[in-house]
Amino acid sequence: MAMIQRFRLQSLAALLCIFSEPLWACTGSCGSQWAVLTPQGSIASQEKDLILTALGLMLLVVIPTITMTLYFAWKYRASNETPDYAPNWDHSSRIEKVIWGIPTLIIAILGTLVWISTHRLSPYRPLSSPYPPLEVQVVAMDWKWLFIYPDLKVATLNQLVIPAGVPVHFVLTSDAVMSSFFIPQLGGQIYAMAGMTTHLHLIADQPGVFEGYNTQFSGPGFAGMHFETRALPSESFHQWVQTASHAPAILDHVRLTQLEQPTTDVPPQIYRVTAPRLFNEIVESYQGPHDRMKEN
Amino acid sequence: METLIFGRLNYHDIPYDNPIIMATLGGAIMLLLVVAFLVWYHGQWSYLWREWFTSLDHKRIGTMYIVLSLIMLLRGFADALLMRTQQALAEGGVAGYLPPEHYNQIFSAHGTIMIIFVAMPFFIGLMNIVVPLQIGARDVAYPFLNSVSFWLTVAGAMLVMLSLGLGNFSHAGWSAYPPLSEKHYSPGPGVDYWIWGLQIGGVGTLMTGINFFVTIWRLRAPGMTWMKLPIFSWTILVTTLLIMLAFPVLTVLLALLSLDRTLGLHFFTNHLGGNLMLFTNLFWIWGHPEVYIVILPAFGIYSEVTATFSRKPLFGYTSMVYASLAIATLSFVVWLHHFFTMGAGANVNAFFGIATMVIAVPTGVKVFNWIFTIYRGRLEFTTPILWTLGFIVTFCIGGMTGVLLAVPGADFQLHNSEFLIAHFHNMLIPGALFGYFAGYAYWFPKIFGFRLNETWGKRAFWLWLVGFYLAFMPLYALGFMGMPRRLVHYDNPLWQPYLVTALVGTLLIFAGILCQILQLTLSIQQRRLLQENTGDPWNGRTLEWSIPCPAPAWNFAHLPTVHARDDFHVTKQSGQAPPSLPYSAILLPAASGLGPIMGALAFLLGFGLVWYLWWMAAVALAGLVLCLLVRSLDDETEFLIPATTVEATERALRRIASSPYNASQVSQ
Ligand code: HEM
Ligand SMILES: [Cu+2]
Repeated sequence: MAMIQRFRLQSLAALLCIFSEPLWACTGSCGSQWAVLTPQGSIASQEKDLILTALGLMLLVVIPTITMTLYFAWKYRASNETPDYAPNWDHSSRIEKVIWGIPTLIIAILGTLVWISTHRLSPYRPLSSPYPPLEVQVVAMDWKWLFIYPDLKVATLNQLVIPAGVPVHFVLTSDAVMSSFFIPQLGGQIYAMAGMTTHLHLIADQPGVFEGYNTQFSGPGFAGMHFETRALPSESFHQWVQTASHAPAILDHVRLTQLEQPTTDVPPQIYRVTAPRLFNEIVESYQGPHDRMKEN
Repeated sequence: METLIFGRLNYHDIPYDNPIIMATLGGAIMLLLVVAFLVWYHGQWSYLWREWFTSLDHKRIGTMYIVLSLIMLLRGFADALLMRTQQALAEGGVAGYLPPEHYNQIFSAHGTIMIIFVAMPFFIGLMNIVVPLQIGARDVAYPFLNSVSFWLTVAGAMLVMLSLGLGNFSHAGWSAYPPLSEKHYSPGPGVDYWIWGLQIGGVGTLMTGINFFVTIWRLRAPGMTWMKLPIFSWTILVTTLLIMLAFPVLTVLLALLSLDRTLGLHFFTNHLGGNLMLFTNLFWIWGHPEVYIVILPAFGIYSEVTATFSRKPLFGYTSMVYASLAIATLSFVVWLHHFFTMGAGANVNAFFGIATMVIAVPTGVKVFNWIFTIYRGRLEFTTPILWTLGFIVTFCIGGMTGVLLAVPGADFQLHNSEFLIAHFHNMLIPGALFGYFAGYAYWFPKIFGFRLNETWGKRAFWLWLVGFYLAFMPLYALGFMGMPRRLVHYDNPLWQPYLVTALVGTLLIFAGILCQILQLTLSIQQRRLLQENTGDPWNGRTLEWSIPCPAPAWNFAHLPTVHARDDFHVTKQSGQAPPSLPYSAILLPAASGLGPIMGALAFLLGFGLVWYLWWMAAVALAGLVLCLLVRSLDDETEFLIPATTVEATERALRRIASSPYNASQVSQ
């Protein structure tokens, strides 16, 4: 019963959100389900601002256009017999200038915005911060995420733990098909591909728990390939590292071979790392003939 | 020995144990048998074969294209309904009724079918019917090629359909990105069905592109200079240009992937120097122009319909032409916006982001041109106009979200999410499908001699429109919640209400489709009532309305000479009766059974390649070559219609035109 009621309320809220203008006005009432609109890190906030600015600029043209369409269609309906009917009118240089001009103007403004924001938000750009970045190596596997902390000699599976307020430098690759690493509340996504590395710089402004996803379809276990990101205050993060470095499970070549077997919905794990070059070895194993080569 | 004969085919490949598939399959086979039986019972097989399957008449081929498209629409929509139901259910502890293996095939099939076997054949059908009539030609440049193109498309579609009951379909999405689509990760026949279905259909499309490009280039009526070409034919010309430039890329791409899969080469594999990004780039170098290929013809239809029913010439015709050309050119320099997230540098991303936005300028111009065509007009709210208005309003929203996705910083957040799904359906359903529906209602009488029932057409429109908003607006919201696309299951209860709303919308669309089916059956029943006697039901402006409804096999008894842009409208305005010229005999392309035979052989070729039945593939290929030889040696490819027949038919059709009460005589 309570279940049904909750469901009803949510449906109502959902409908309200869909049809309330503007959409983001309900971020307060609907809580943080609006991941993209409730950023918890500086990259994500800038991306949200960018989205809203671009949308706002476009609405300046789109709303009048839609209004004009409906108004003209109504006003010039045949039964209205408007006196200004112009059966042969098909050209007006003045109007033509305006209809080429206005979109050009808006796109020029947006284009400038694109140029500036794309450079500022490039995933490869290190974040400026008094703290040196924490490096996390990310390996997409079938169907789980492996996170290796090369400097801390620990690793986790399907769970990311980071210090709040400290920039994180992710280095990504894949040990299977292409995946896309995405924590909406911290910032936009990037692909992870076998034999290649990509980079992403993110930061969590406050401690918190954020959902992370793979957004690039990767096969039967894809739907289960999401993970929790916990941003801890630096005290607790150090404690967590202490505990993790005494974890009973170790990450070495044997473990890696096990992990490479496709598995779904794997619960989070913490490892002590005994094979320091593991990440590089995974990347290199896809570059040219190699003894770990599989026929794929 | 067994593998030599049967390849990798095995009776376990029939999914006996899956009740959903078996029920669907059983239903489909039953339906097919019933239809086949009815046709046989009424003794119509030979009529169908003689007058339709083997016909080289562009109007008949066009009609068959549209029939194919509508059948495939039902299949594609059934897939959509399955996915929507699954996602409405599968939250938290509920797994839903579709296992991932099955769900993944469904979205792959849905995307492939909707784009390649619904959108493409629908507009190709319309252009087959309309282009020669609009430019004052007797047929297309290469009528036999036209028939082969059609049957190749059928063969491709049938391969995709067959995967339902024999083996499985690709699970790698309509874009089939490697390495997931490589043999290591997808060993079964699924991806091969995808490859060969697309490859065979794609070759058909490429040939059609060449055919219509040449047709418009060479067969325009005397006096029809470029700036007098009707706007729909203009958009088709630009579309065929895009087809000729983009489809070879697809052909090569599919060939490379099939080499990887069948011969173990390494173009796109993880190992030995393969690179998946090579595939991604090639795919979208074809894929982005492809979306304009399906949208530009709809733009042309909207332009025709708006001008006709506003009772005014199209506003800014020249702008429209240049806008189409600009869109076509730009569509080749934006492909990278499909993977801003691959980790390219900021300069590259910014370049492609800005290039993408620039397309919004000519597209925006088109929208304003339609609006100013309505301005100071006398707009009649017919079904085609409703589709058009629904399109303009909805397309503005889709265009806006498209430009948003072209901002790399925004795309990082929205890529591969439900927001993207909402965006491209927002472009493809109003941008392509609504336009085709408008064209279907608009040109229907030209082929069948009677109009479609307006009441049910309007009901269908409203259900589609409201259904569309309910089905896809919630997906924008889900995108802002971070929901990835292609999920068979999710753990976030807050997403469910939106997905339930989307299901409700999809059910409304379903009701809209039922209205369309009803509209067609009712209209056939009421064909006397809806009979079109004048040849010009809408008070049209272009040449296709100057000939009778239904159009006779030779289209124009006397090939027209064109003096103005909306030539027929101008003639009507001048009030002069057409001069009565003597009739002469007309040479028309003779029917040929080679089209359907080549289609069947292409199907066997594809089937052989999917299942490694090399002997079958070899025989089919040899057969195809033989067919081409036979055709090349055939000298009797045309037949002469005597002047008396032309005269009698034209008189009969024209007499109807003057005296509506004689209609029943010549209603066949
Ligand atoms: C008629 C109503 C339609 C409905 C209800 C519908 C629904 C859906 C759904 C539920 C998905 C999967 C979304 C996901 O991945 O989460 C999808 C994907 C897709 N749809 Fe549709 N669709 C419709 C029409 C169309 C049309 C007309 C086209 C193209 C002309 C189209 C093209 C696609 C494509 C390309 C995909 C992506 C497939 C993939 O992920 O590989 N759809 N659609
Ligand atoms: Cu694109």
